[in-house]
Amino acid sequence: MKKIDNQNNLLKNIFKSIMVFISKYPVPIMFIIFLIFTVPMSHFTVKYLINELLTRLARNSFLVLSLLLPIMAGMGINFAMVLGAMAGQIALILITDWSIVGIPGFFLAILISLPIAILLGFFCGYILNRAKGREMVTSMILGFFMNGFYQFVVLYMMGPVIPIKNKLLLLSRGFGIRNAINLQAIRQCIDDFIPITVLKTQYDPGIKIQITTFILIAIFCLFIIWFKKTKIGQDMRAVGQDRLIAESSGIASDKTRLLSIVISTVLAAIGQIIFLQNIGTLSTYNSHDQTGQFAAASLLVGGATVSSANIGNVFLGVTLFHLMFIVSPMAGKNILGNAQVGEYFRVFVSYGIIAIALVLYSWKRHKEKERERMALRQNTIAPKTKTE
Amino acid sequence: MGQKPILEMKEISKEFYGNRVLSSVSFTLNEGQILGLVGENGAGKSTLMNILFGMPVINQTGGYSGDVIIDGQKVIFSSPFDAIAAGIGMVHQEFSLLPGFTATENILLNKEPLKYNFLVELFGSRMQTLDYEKMRQQAINAINKLGVNIDPDMLVAEMPVGHKQFTEIARELERANARIIVLDEPTAVLTESEADILLKALKKLAKEGVSIIFISHRLQEVLDIADKIVVLRDGKLVSEIETSKTNMKQVVEWMVGHSVESKAKDNLSKNISDEIILSVKNLWVDMPGELVRDVSFDVRKGEILGFGGLAGQGKLGIPNGIMGLFPAGGQVIFEGKKLELQNTHKLIKQGLAFVSEDRRGVGLLLEEPIDWNISFTAMQVQEKFLKKLIKGLIKWRNDKEIEEIAKYYINKFEIKCTSTKQIAQQLSGGNQQKICLAKAFVLDPKILFVSEPTRGIDVGAKKLVLEALKEYNKEHGTTIVIISSELEELRSVCDRIAIVDEGRISGILPPTADLEEFGMLMVGSSKQN
Repeated sequence: MKKIDNQNNLLKNIFKSIMVFISKYPVPIMFIIFLIFTVPMSHFTVKYLINELLTRLARNSFLVLSLLLPIMAGMGINFAMVLGAMAGQIALILITDWSIVGIPGFFLAILISLPIAILLGFFCGYILNRAKGREMVTSMILGFFMNGFYQFVVLYMMGPVIPIKNKLLLLSRGFGIRNAINLQAIRQCIDDFIPITVLKTQYDPGIKIQITTFILIAIFCLFIIWFKKTKIGQDMRAVGQDRLIAESSGIASDKTRLLSIVISTVLAAIGQIIFLQNIGTLSTYNSHDQTGQFAAASLLVGGATVSSANIGNVFLGVTLFHLMFIVSPMAGKNILGNAQVGEYFRVFVSYGIIAIALVLYSWKRHKEKERERMALRQNTIAPKTKTE
Repeated sequence: MGQKPILEMKEISKEFYGNRVLSSVSFTLNEGQILGLVGENGAGKSTLMNILFGMPVINQTGGYSGDVIIDGQKVIFSSPFDAIAAGIGMVHQEFSLLPGFTATENILLNKEPLKYNFLVELFGSRMQTLDYEKMRQQAINAINKLGVNIDPDMLVAEMPVGHKQFTEIARELERANARIIVLDEPTAVLTESEADILLKALKKLAKEGVSIIFISHRLQEVLDIADKIVVLRDGKLVSEIETSKTNMKQVVEWMVGHSVESKAKDNLSKNISDEIILSVKNLWVDMPGELVRDVSFDVRKGEILGFGGLAGQGKLGIPNGIMGLFPAGGQVIFEGKKLELQNTHKLIKQGLAFVSEDRRGVGLLLEEPIDWNISFTAMQVQEKFLKKLIKGLIKWRNDKEIEEIAKYYINKFEIKCTSTKQIAQQLSGGNQQKICLAKAFVLDPKILFVSEPTRGIDVGAKKLVLEALKEYNKEHGTTIVIISSELEELRSVCDRIAIVDEGRISGILPPTADLEEFGMLMVGSSKQN
């Protein structure tokens, strides 16, 4: 009899812990279930998938990583990371014009983007400090607003004000940058710095590993881990949990928040440069468009919330999100006979995920608060009323 | 311990907008001494401590007069950070701990020991890394000093309430290297055994030379732990005495004072039936700051029942819980029917009405005119002041009736206003309160809850409001439940007065009872009996 009871209890406990796990990571679990169905439907080979996935990890991880610090500082997802992406793109246009190629070109682009990104970061952080509690929506709208400013700079200032020598970059009217720029000069210069290809056969190009990019990403991950242990990192975590308490113990919260946004913007600039060196062409007016949304979606798919995110979330998220990107057009074609469905799916899913994650998060917070009050109540109600 | 005075407060006076809240209060605190600071609500305890701690609110309202002397030196603190630097730590009633940090991280918040690295030269001192070993050691030292058992690596979110309190005290010890610690109602959130441990820890601290100012309404605790008791009443120092030379009865007397004019209610001869209109059993209300733990009482038809007690003990939670403004549970039987506690609309329909203590938040539609305010609830719930067209398919507001009723109450309550169309926001507190009352009276309730009816209004309005309540009770036979912090006020209008302490009723007395008896019920002495 007792044995059965024990078994029942064990089952109950397992069931309970599974439920806890599901309630903790609802978004990644939804995604994994989705992928379990669509990956086989796409009929891609494992090799192909790994190859694609590695490319996309190298391409996107850095951008997603740049979102971590503002989340740590309690400011939610910094959609205004597109400001950094714009800085990176401006730098890329300039080095293309100056025809500086290869690794020097890549690093010069980073160097040029730095002051622009820092300036934009300060601007953004300053505004977000004025919009406490509404950082995410403010940063998103700020991104849209600055897009207009970016277009003004690239469309009108480049040429007359900022000298552009290479006429091929300019629109036929003589000023403003063309729609697409070939980044041949630095195309995959980092990815291929140490070329490694495994499982190569006569008929098969094998799996390419962008080892240098991954080293850069690894260094950056180490930086974040180390950064958390610095005084400023600790302050950021304190401010992120409760700004008022942090302030009352003497932490300069506004300054700390500002810094997290500046760092995030700078990293986004570098991230966008890495992203574009891998792609090889800059779509002047579109490349940065959805950077923020896709990075945010990747992070949330990885199980992060707007108040807590770690490096694990980044890599899991990028993997799952881009696996969906890779397979969904093919799966769509194979299931519904239309690859376009998969394309629709990408945008639909990326925005949908952000919405779901935000709703789930605030719902969970509400529940948690309720539970907290419940815990307080338990101390207080006389036991005889508990039968109620 | 030595008799060396560490803190002296001399002739401290403070006014808030012409309202004197402290007048020449002086006391001294010796090294290693525990000083119990007691007094009723509004006696000036918090203001005094705010002055000591350099809270910005003091400076913003014109500063204070008198001297704060630490170690024989006069000090003026312009911010809490100055006070911390001078070795004063303060533990507030609300926890200020970060839930996602461990005990160690909280204790050393913004005081972390750091390690140098080369990036400091580039980016400044905040790039130093934390020295976790040292942090842990310092935290353990602070915890040991307190003599309690807390795991330094436990997250605050996972701690029981008592441990949070200890962590908070340990932080004050560590960060101020504190020589003086102020504790504001530290035992309020603790269980009895936790409170015992805390009191022991405080005694141990005192032995090590830390001076403690202990504020608590639980008088027994104060008498147990304090070397010296300072009693404040109405902003004046009533007594500064060694604990051994006094007793609870005397301290209570000092706290509540002797009433000069015992103006207990005169018309006790009033006819109150034995019929019970409202019966409350095991009510609990989760109102933050005014938790009701377990309250049972009966209200007889036609009586005025008062609820008194110190702030934060739960008296306000009772009407707020019954009317469904905060989560509540328990059994409430009204005229023989069980009430649904969370359904405010239905409750009002059944004949309950509530005048909230939160006039501006709950009581009024601030941006609407007087007449709308008075008629709003009655119109919404009881469909009064409505013209019905096409057999009630379309309901039309009857502006004429609304105006009439507003005029009636403006005359009756002497509401000072330009017209019935004046916006509620523009009125003074007293006039706003009168509108709240009118709004409730229009509902024609069978039972009326009135919460803090005279809070923040002038003397004239006070009298009028209380008279109006009495008159309404007499003329309509409406049962009224008044909740008020002012005992004198309750004694002048109520037929019975219940005192609420720590979320429970500690006793019910007739208004003619001695003030001391009420005082004893307020300070938790009933539990000892």
